Amino acid sequence: MTTTTAPHVSAARRARTAKPPGRLRAWATRAPLLPALVFMIVVTQLPFVATLVISLFDWNALYPDARRFAGLANYGEVLTDPELRNSVLTTVLLTVTVVLASLVLGLGLALLLDRKFRGRGLVRTLLIAPFLLVPVAAALLWKHVLYNPEYGLFNGLLHLVGGPQPDWISSTPLLAIEASLVWQWTPFMMLILLAGLQSRSHDVLEAARMDGASNWQIFRYMTLPHLRRYLELGALLGSIYIVQNFDAVFTITQGGLGTANLPYTVYQTFYAAHENGLASAAGVLVVIGSIVIATFALRVVSSLFREEVSRA
Amino acid sequence: MSTLTVVRKGGVPNNSVRDNGVRSRGAALGLLAWLAGIVFFLPIAWMALTSFHSEEDAATNPPSFAAALTLDGYRDFFGAGGGASPWPALINSATASVVSTLFVLLLALPAAYALSIRPVKKWTDVLFFFLSTKMLPAVAGLLPIYLFAKNTGLLDNIWLLIILYTSMNLPIAVWMMQSFLAEVPVAIIEAAQIDGARLPTVLARVVAPVAVPGIAATALICFIFSWNELLFARVLTGTVAQTAPVFLTGFITSQGLFLAKVCAASLVISLPVLAAGFAAQDKLVQGLSLGAVK
Repeated sequence: MTTTTAPHVSAARRARTAKPPGRLRAWATRAPLLPALVFMIVVTQLPFVATLVISLFDWNALYPDARRFAGLANYGEVLTDPELRNSVLTTVLLTVTVVLASLVLGLGLALLLDRKFRGRGLVRTLLIAPFLLVPVAAALLWKHVLYNPEYGLFNGLLHLVGGPQPDWISSTPLLAIEASLVWQWTPFMMLILLAGLQSRSHDVLEAARMDGASNWQIFRYMTLPHLRRYLELGALLGSIYIVQNFDAVFTITQGGLGTANLPYTVYQTFYAAHENGLASAAGVLVVIGSIVIATFALRVVSSLFREEVSRA
Repeated sequence: MSTLTVVRKGGVPNNSVRDNGVRSRGAALGLLAWLAGIVFFLPIAWMALTSFHSEEDAATNPPSFAAALTLDGYRDFFGAGGGASPWPALINSATASVVSTLFVLLLALPAAYALSIRPVKKWTDVLFFFLSTKMLPAVAGLLPIYLFAKNTGLLDNIWLLIILYTSMNLPIAVWMMQSFLAEVPVAIIEAAQIDGARLPTVLARVVAPVAVPGIAATALICFIFSWNELLFARVLTGTVAQTAPVFLTGFITSQGLFLAKVCAASLVISLPVLAAGFAAQDKLVQGLSLGAVK
């Protein structure tokens, strides 16, 4: 860890102690940064501004002549439309369930993999594999190969033991999507938490054991506090990715059966219903929701980052 | 464990009972880990097996585990049964992923240099600006981009996806590369400069050897994200520029007996990601956590 972070500090020190450079020199230092910065601002920030502007218009793409300024009316409509309100609720439910479940499972797996045992590398590889399927392929796998009521693997296995033959997607549509996402995201959580576990100080752990601390005490009072920020990081990054999930909802239920989340609704509103103004207002709401998560996420990342820099 | 080794070194024989207990508990936990690994991998293993079955054997209930193996699913997927060939989509995906990754490297390398080796003032602020763009949902910018593409004739053009994928992956790449370049010892760079080495020489001889493994991992992760992307590809491409995930959405509605074909398609299209992911395994966490976890 020290070797990786030492240059940070010396780099920062150099930036401070360098003689006040001439304007030309300052621009020479900045020059390598500019293409990336300008590119990012143009491609990611301008569209957001455009979305913000469009959200203030009553604009259906099928009737371009009827476009007119509508103020905040779209937001009123988005917030009062029961379908859109449901999609907000679905998004929250989907995100919270998937993040919590994969975090708990990921923690269990990380604790198992933190121990030495025969074939640990292979098990790690097996566990990562679900995360490395193309998301659409993973969703297709769950939809057709596992969930299908007639020839899916789940009902096939149930058949072998004489169990019932449920129609998984129709009877519990949201749970069906959540299960497939938990399967894909648990490895992600496991990798982050495993990195956290392996960054514990082994001297301190050993000292605690010598002093007679039980495994549970070590976990409760040493491992868990140490893991706190890794848990937070996993939860926040997971939330950011899953709030935006489109692939699983689109593939498994096509947004039907009450599973349409906000990204799917935004897509549906302008791609199928051509309601540009409404879609933009919904998009802005997604952004506001994400900013709340992102503020916390940035704080966690920056505290981890500063700790790395200062530990050197 | 460690206390036991200490005790054993002390030569107290009575502890062997407890030693055995701990060892068998360790074995049980190892077994549990194996079990978990198998459970998580089972759907993929079943998908692989099904892809080598005939359509009739793939759709039995209870499942036929020991049915005869055939390559028909793969032949069917590659268009032998008269369906659309996946090759144009695969080539589009490869083009979009590889070219956008090259663009990302081209933009991110100099930026990371200006954020680590010769840092600009307030370099952490710049770094966090890049990160914050990644946290805003892409879907909110989709409509203006769609309207822009429609008005400029860029709809169904692979270059539009290349530009967008570059912007999606650039923040991740800047963060990862910044942390990799920061690992290059400053003292060595300074020593080389004192010896009279010019910047290109320093970059090629001093920076590159340390940073190349990290750059390779960054490239692989950018490749994965581009290859996987569905929403933008689905909205912004049609018949000409459609990518592999868009091609896969053709299997969303059931088409009679098609399970082996779906499995073959999912596996073939996931293969580049699986390969890239396992190649970048060690740096995967760092990339996915945007450099926050090392």
